[in-house]
Amino acid sequence: MSVTVLSQMLRQAGRFNKSLPSLAQLRFYGTEDNRITKMVQNNKVVVFMKGVPAEPRCGFSNAVVQIMRMHGVEYDAHDVLSDEQLRQGIKDFSNWPTIPQVFINGEFVGGCDILLQMHQSGDLIEELKKAGITSALLDSAQQKDDAGKSDSK
Amino acid sequence: MSVVFRRFHNSGIFKMASASLKGNGPVEDIMYRKLEANLKPVHLELFNESYMHNVPKGSETHFKVVIVSPQFEGKPLIQRHRAVNEILADELKSGVHALSIVAKTPDQWECSSKEVEPSPKCRGGFGK
Repeated sequence: MSVTVLSQMLRQAGRFNKSLPSLAQLRFYGTEDNRITKMVQNNKVVVFMKGVPAEPRCGFSNAVVQIMRMHGVEYDAHDVLSDEQLRQGIKDFSNWPTIPQVFINGEFVGGCDILLQMHQSGDLIEELKKAGITSALLDSAQQKDDAGKSDSK
Repeated sequence: MSVVFRRFHNSGIFKMASASLKGNGPVEDIMYRKLEANLKPVHLELFNESYMHNVPKGSETHFKVVIVSPQFEGKPLIQRHRAVNEILADELKSGVHALSIVAKTPDQWECSSKEVEPSPKCRGGFGK
């Protein structure tokens, strides 16, 4: 079914008068999805946030930045406040209503609460490992371990 | 248990209004009832954290929900959050701008400290 027909049918249905997307919008959603697909696949870890890592403009986004910093993760960050299309587009893309959003290996992992819990439970280290990233926390823990071993010799 | 939680939240600068206390807004009421009806929680608390943000007094824009339900059993975190987000989809589409979620099974809740950290400080991004 063509986008035109779909759009017309929706319009005739008339149930969603206010939220009904125009043809132009439907086309736009398509391209926005493509753009976001490329974004999330561009790096092993990709974060959509408010502000930039050096200056987050939301406490929840800042929490994610701090977690990534602790794990020594390098990632792509996209500021949704400087890109209104992205701000709505990413919510539609992941079917997730809030920012920040974190992607690992192209897959949506969660927002601030989930990242925080994964960090606390150790699951984040595992998830990063799957993506081929060794968490800096794991590195320092191993160094301590090694140091401990040499002490006992 | 929830006494500990509330005492923690009500101490110092973290003055929170729980849905089970008086003075909660209409949106908060609806959210509470929807979550209660859909997820049959054994523990449910809703905090209006809007006062922590740059919004007019009495706003209902920023919330934290603490929900403990047997229905979360065997479900990964992301699915539990999606369930809550879906139940509150209408509110999230309209006025509710931020929703922090703590979703646990009864066992997890019993094993936890039952204290929930307040959400991080606002950094000015809302309303730009």
